[in-house]
Amino acid sequence: MVSKHARHSSLPVYFFRRLTYFILKRIFTYIPVMLVVISATFFMVHAAPGGPFDDDRVASPEILKQLNETYNLNDPLITQLGNYLVNAVQGDFGPSYKYPGRTVSELIASGLPITVELAFYAILFALLLGVLSGIIASLNPGKFLDYLPMSISMIGICVPSIILGPILILFFGIWIDILPVSGWGEFSGDKILPTITLGSAYAAIFARLTRGGMLEILAQDFIRTARAKGLNETRVVFFHALRGGIMPTIGFLGPAIAGLFAGSFVVETIFQINGIGRYYVQAAFNRDYTLILGISILITFFTLTFVLLSDILATYLNPRLREKGSMN
Amino acid sequence: MIFLANFYKNHKLAFFSSVFIFGLVFLAIITPFITPYSYAEQNLFLGAAPPSSEYMLGTDVLGRDLFTRMLYGSRVSLLVGFLATLVALTIGVLWGSIAGYLGGRTDSIMMRIVDILDGLPFVIFLILILVIIGRSMTLLFLAIGAFGWLSMARIVRVQVLGLRRQDYVLAAQSMGASNLRILLNHIIPNVLSSVIVYSTLLIPQFMLLEAFLSFLGLGVQPPESSWGILIREGAITMEEYWWLLIFPSIVFSLTLFALNFLGDGLRDYLDPRKTQQLS
Repeated sequence: MVSKHARHSSLPVYFFRRLTYFILKRIFTYIPVMLVVISATFFMVHAAPGGPFDDDRVASPEILKQLNETYNLNDPLITQLGNYLVNAVQGDFGPSYKYPGRTVSELIASGLPITVELAFYAILFALLLGVLSGIIASLNPGKFLDYLPMSISMIGICVPSIILGPILILFFGIWIDILPVSGWGEFSGDKILPTITLGSAYAAIFARLTRGGMLEILAQDFIRTARAKGLNETRVVFFHALRGGIMPTIGFLGPAIAGLFAGSFVVETIFQINGIGRYYVQAAFNRDYTLILGISILITFFTLTFVLLSDILATYLNPRLREKGSMN
Repeated sequence: MIFLANFYKNHKLAFFSSVFIFGLVFLAIITPFITPYSYAEQNLFLGAAPPSSEYMLGTDVLGRDLFTRMLYGSRVSLLVGFLATLVALTIGVLWGSIAGYLGGRTDSIMMRIVDILDGLPFVIFLILILVIIGRSMTLLFLAIGAFGWLSMARIVRVQVLGLRRQDYVLAAQSMGASNLRILLNHIIPNVLSSVIVYSTLLIPQFMLLEAFLSFLGLGVQPPESSWGILIREGAITMEEYWWLLIFPSIVFSLTLFALNFLGDGLRDYLDPRKTQQLS
């Protein structure tokens, strides 16, 4: 009963207590989910036909036996899983089967910063372009300035990265020849095309989400009040309306991050960037199971984290979610 | 028919989209009758030739007719898109209607599972399954559908929540009809219209996913053809042979355009909120 009274006396304190509770609760659901995902992936990988050393070159039984012992492949699966988990928590995902002498953690450490940088630029590009054009469209409903950005965003949705990437290379890299077509951070300007290729689909989605969100907010009473008070339009749009209008975009940020990792598979392959996306695709080809396992776990972890963060941000920014008690 | 006439009157783009899609599906069905070449037939002497009267859209590096490969590719892509949607639809409708109809704890557990699965990066698991079990078309659409049903389940559940307190459902319950019978005979038929609309939007997503995986070399395998494979092959040789990239890209994009326009149009038209405002 005491806590119920406290609710009315200090909303911020109460809110932050509930936010902490909400975050802790979500984290406690995610831990078993992560464990299930890791175990399922682990068993799937180990149930796959053919061991990691069934290569084109046939190794002698003695060497195979020795290899299996080196990598502890003779232990019962459950012991292997236990060892793997203990090591994974400490950041050790074991040796790579196909890059001899390199550990999965090393490969991830070399690829992850590149992929994160690529994803960061792409999401920044998408947010700037998408939110701005969404705002412009929402301020001119049914007019030319509404149709133009929305038609362009439809192109962004219907021209996927597997088409956009090669076509950008063909135009800017080969025909006009002004931008480098491969690598990341090696030549000046080589980050431009991958960023656009990865970000454009999200720019399109953000534009549509922002337009929808802004249209809803702009029709509300408090906007009319703000305008009636004589506030200038820039202030109304960017301070009052955008805070609510950007909610759908914020809510989509988490899933977008997940999609960006998947998108990086294609973009890194097209532009020959040595990020974890390209490693993953190559590992899938080479059946480099430890590398597949390590990157899968890492991406799942990142995705879950970003979905949680975007939920928290959405809750924090949306007063309605705070009060209605939908944080449970 | 009146419904369709009304719909197309208000959505001209959706009309052209449907014409395009039906045209494409028709061409895909009669493919073996309209092209004299086979999708795998090579002509190494010819190699990559630009569009000509003999080869409408040119040939690829191995001398295979691009037009033929695009037709066969559209067959594979459309088939994977449609079948994966069918799989997602079946699972999603069953899951959503059971959760919505039973309600209570069952509902919250079932939807919690959907929430958790939704947070997982499922392309990763898709690739994992394809790598481990093998790269075949059957597995491809089964796997895509098995991961893609989540939003369908949500949509169906919300609809069923509204339906389960309707009088005719109560009448059926009072006459002692079993839950299964009520679900199959009364609930599911009533959610089908929104399910079909949403399916129109799922098909391009799944086709895209197939193209994406085939582009990476993890989906349909050459010499089979699909949009993803054609674009992959086009991208490799685009410097010399632009037509191998441009033509498949244009047709694939148009297909995605058409399906998205049709789905958006249908959704706008059938959106209950809009119809309420009108009436």
